[in-house]
Amino acid sequence: MREVAVVSFAQSPCVPADREHDMAEIVLPVIRQALDACGLTRDDIDFFASGSHDFYEGRTFSYIESLDAVGAWPPISESHVEMDAAWAFAEAWAWLQLGEGKTALVYGIGRSSLAADLDQILPAQLDPYLLAPLRPHRDALAGLQAAALVDAGLTSERQLAEIVSRRRTVSTDELLAAPYVASPLRAHDVAPPGDAAAVIVLAAGDTARRLTDRPAWVRGLDHRIETHYPGVRDLTRSASTSMAAARAAELAGFSAADVDVAELHTEYSYQEPLLVAALGLKNARVNPSGGPLAGRPATATGLIRIGEAARRIMDGTAERALAHATNGPALQHNLVCLLAGEPR
Amino acid sequence: MSGPLAVIGVGQSVQAKRREVTIGALVREAVDEALADAGLGFADIDAVVLSKTPDLFDGVMNPELYLADAMGAVGLPVTRVFTGGSVGGHAAIFGAHLVAAGLARRVLVVAYSKESEGNFTWALSRGLPFSSHLGAGAGGHFAPVIREYIRRSRAPEHIGWKVAVNHRHNAARNPYAHIRRADLTIDEVRQSPMLWDPIRYLESCPSSDGSCAIVVTGAELARRSPRPPAWIHGMAWRTETGHFAGRDEVNPRAGRDCAADAYRQAGITDPAREIDVAELYIPYSWYEPMWLENTGLAGEHDGWRLVDADRTAFGGDLPVNPSGGVLSGNPTGATGLLRFAEAALQVRGLAGEHQVPGARRAVGHAMGGASQFHALWVVGSEAPA
Repeated sequence: MREVAVVSFAQSPCVPADREHDMAEIVLPVIRQALDACGLTRDDIDFFASGSHDFYEGRTFSYIESLDAVGAWPPISESHVEMDAAWAFAEAWAWLQLGEGKTALVYGIGRSSLAADLDQILPAQLDPYLLAPLRPHRDALAGLQAAALVDAGLTSERQLAEIVSRRRTVSTDELLAAPYVASPLRAHDVAPPGDAAAVIVLAAGDTARRLTDRPAWVRGLDHRIETHYPGVRDLTRSASTSMAAARAAELAGFSAADVDVAELHTEYSYQEPLLVAALGLKNARVNPSGGPLAGRPATATGLIRIGEAARRIMDGTAERALAHATNGPALQHNLVCLLAGEPR
Repeated sequence: MSGPLAVIGVGQSVQAKRREVTIGALVREAVDEALADAGLGFADIDAVVLSKTPDLFDGVMNPELYLADAMGAVGLPVTRVFTGGSVGGHAAIFGAHLVAAGLARRVLVVAYSKESEGNFTWALSRGLPFSSHLGAGAGGHFAPVIREYIRRSRAPEHIGWKVAVNHRHNAARNPYAHIRRADLTIDEVRQSPMLWDPIRYLESCPSSDGSCAIVVTGAELARRSPRPPAWIHGMAWRTETGHFAGRDEVNPRAGRDCAADAYRQAGITDPAREIDVAELYIPYSWYEPMWLENTGLAGEHDGWRLVDADRTAFGGDLPVNPSGGVLSGNPTGATGLLRFAEAALQVRGLAGEHQVPGARRAVGHAMGGASQFHALWVVGSEAPA
């Protein structure tokens, strides 16, 4: 595989609701920041890839507006996934393997606040004939998965509260006194939806070395999907995460057990012990950025995990890092990326 | 590209209103056919790329999740691409990239739309920027662009009607097409209701349910496949921004650059002579002369002359849309992939009744948005040199 690295990462602050800016306005300053940080202009970028989803933005073809911020003129080589932008990162990494260009810019925009009611939106991700008519509310499937974990003795409500209280100035007992939103999950177990945009710049080989002192080399990347039907899956494990991690490790020459830092796309607190086990993390610091429990901007969340993991390598605090991203309810589809300070 | 790539399997569903099947079953029709054509089973596929237009068209969000099982994708990497109406073309190219990058040996590219589940015209009616007006449906956007082409090229008004007749006659030879009218006449088109001047009802694409799937692989595995491969000689995509006073939407630079890049890769210097058949993304009749010019198959302002001289009809020297094209079936998420797939069928000699005799090099083309997204590939019967 060709050596490809993250050379820049920027994001806008994750706010509960940005009702002021349109898609171009929210991402433009972040694109500028990411390009300035590595001394590039938009004309230096050989490929653009993005991730966002119409159902969060509330209209068809919504991502087209973001191209005004990219400045798609003269015409550019570009693609888009209607998914978390972590999958746009995967596409950009694959594109750079072709040797047709040296740089790629990936952007993700995620706005959870625009929908009047996410309970109406999110069931649309389900089988429209057999599951969507059950109208599970936005956290219902997560509740089922958390309950399965608790029933299997793999976690407990107290452990979940500990995961949350580590990052907040509130005690475990206080958290446990709160009511359920989707038993055994409480409101604080749910990563708070927010709005943000994020940008990563990737570069190949010597270009990466020229653009930043300590590129975060993408040593391995893989993603896998499971069957759609929660009733058929073993919800206490994440088989697709384990498979993606194993395949990424083959490419990387090291595994999740060897990383110092792991940024996990935990939409709920219970996903942390589940993913730590599925990945086989050993001594990694999990979510030093705060993770999605500190803010979950929809389709930018997974890309931000990759950016935050890369940042720890770029700032020298980690030698090897793992980033995980997820798509769909109850961890149906998972992506694992292994990064290191050394290219091989 | 690291080595030649090829399409070794093509599958599609019948295009129509398909209320009797689920979305998963509709997709599965194309997937099963593509795998059978390639002589493969699900275990032979390493990655899946899903092409689909806005989820608002049928109300299923992130359909790669629901369709993982129908596509045989469980345990595989899956990516759902969306780049406006060109998505089928972008997805085919991304699938090919995965093989070229060494990330997959055989990629299944799947595309579909089931617009009967929603209200397509409503979904496409968007507020215009800085305006209280509403562009109702896609034709409302393209009609003024067509009028400008007619003004520049001084094309006579019957050209659009002729294209409509050609494509619907072609569709009569394609058992998968939605609208198959071997009896359609220019007069009937001319008298059909005006929708968005100058676009009349019979010059417009239908809204169809339909699916398409292809299998892409590298040279080594292509040579082992049971039926002739369609070799990819060149492929490209380009995007330009929509809201920009300097763009020419009638003959967009992104389309010209895209075609030029693909021809350069394919070693083609005179496309009109070297291409035997073209499957172009023509949702409204007048886009045939416009895209002929934009993709370099006709000189500027001359595209309509090829139509007028019957050169683009099925028996002509540059048949366009022998499948019947978009005018005869438009499952938007699949339409781009259908053009790419039909081009592949032509050079494989597998287009059945709508086979253009002796087709050795073909163009598959897709367009999206307000003519912002362009994808094109050149496929051939022989592996590239």
